[in-house]
Amino acid sequence: MASKKFLYINRRPPHGSIYAHESLEVVLIGAAFEQDVTLAFIDDGVYQLMQNQDTGGVGLKNFAPTFRALGDYDVNQIYVEQESLELRGLSKDDLIPLTYEDEDDDWAEKDSIHVVSSAELADIIEQQDVILNF
Amino acid sequence: MSVLHIVNKSPYERHSLDTCLRLAKPDSAILLIEDGIYAVQQNSATSSKMQQALSNHPVYALQPDLEARGVNPDNMIDGISLVDYDGFVKLTTEYDRLQSWL
Amino acid sequence: MKFAILVNEGPYTHQASDSAYHFTEALLRAGHEIVRVFFYHDGVNNGTRLSVPPQDDRNISERWSALAQQHDVELILCVAAAQRRGLLDDDEAKRAGKDSNNIAEGFQISGLGQLIDAGIQADRLIAFGD
Repeated sequence: MASKKFLYINRRPPHGSIYAHESLEVVLIGAAFEQDVTLAFIDDGVYQLMQNQDTGGVGLKNFAPTFRALGDYDVNQIYVEQESLELRGLSKDDLIPLTYEDEDDDWAEKDSIHVVSSAELADIIEQQDVILNF
Repeated sequence: MSVLHIVNKSPYERHSLDTCLRLAKPDSAILLIEDGIYAVQQNSATSSKMQQALSNHPVYALQPDLEARGVNPDNMIDGISLVDYDGFVKLTTEYDRLQSWL
Repeated sequence: MKFAILVNEGPYTHQASDSAYHFTEALLRAGHEIVRVFFYHDGVNNGTRLSVPPQDDRNISERWSALAQQHDVELILCVAAAQRRGLLDDDEAKRAGKDSNNIAEGFQISGLGQLIDAGIQADRLIAFGD
């Protein structure tokens, strides 16, 4: 069966509810299906990628480090909406650096995260076959 | 056709409608269900936003959700169309992809 | 047309399960095929057989069970989400050393892969949630 383009839209912050955590579980399972996977972080979803998350004091599982493994699962199209970052006083430097090794370019290490405008993200949404919003 | 965007949140409580309108391409459609239907009300803080949306998108609202909430269709912004569940299904067949702004 | 339905909230607290149910009924009326209804997050709570709503209220899990029986609709609870929230079938209950299962008729427990598979198989995937 031809592969489909799956887009996971993440719009909720981590820890306050389980949506972000369980969404990442879907992405990891989905990666095994060899579909074309794209992640988008919009609105409070950008907080999922914040550096220096430490959940020790609240006793919740810190799943943020798992994002770093996405490159190994061939999940390397990660889009963060510029407007959402700006509204929250954030920039790409506040986010966990996510990279992958590009097998078509002598395994060069490349950025998985692309900060894009709303207009660019709107185009990306239109290119998908299946959209999951968590 | 393109995307059917489904919004189920009151525009006064959450940003779902704003985000949807920011990221919906022209000609994609918007369907308001559940608490999302409160966005249909004319002369409200949301109506200018919705009128602008209507110039780019067909906008639908789920009638049983309006009725459940006592929202009078006569007070709807002009141009919004009501659908029942059968109409909802028909829309989901007419648009290729469905995006619920949960 | 083939449809997959994702339900992300439990019964009664949010309208999501009701909306999903009415939509699924309308799909069946229109003659569409349901690949699967997948329950995730708190949505797995729709699959309990132990809920006892007041008599003048709808019985959400029984309503789904009836749909499964009458129209052969596949109802899948995500295993990881279900285990976290105490929704166990017979096998899971035995494996975890629990004294009972609590899954309603017509529901099955399976992996998240069933959600991805539903997205691949179906022409349309629609999500209901909060």
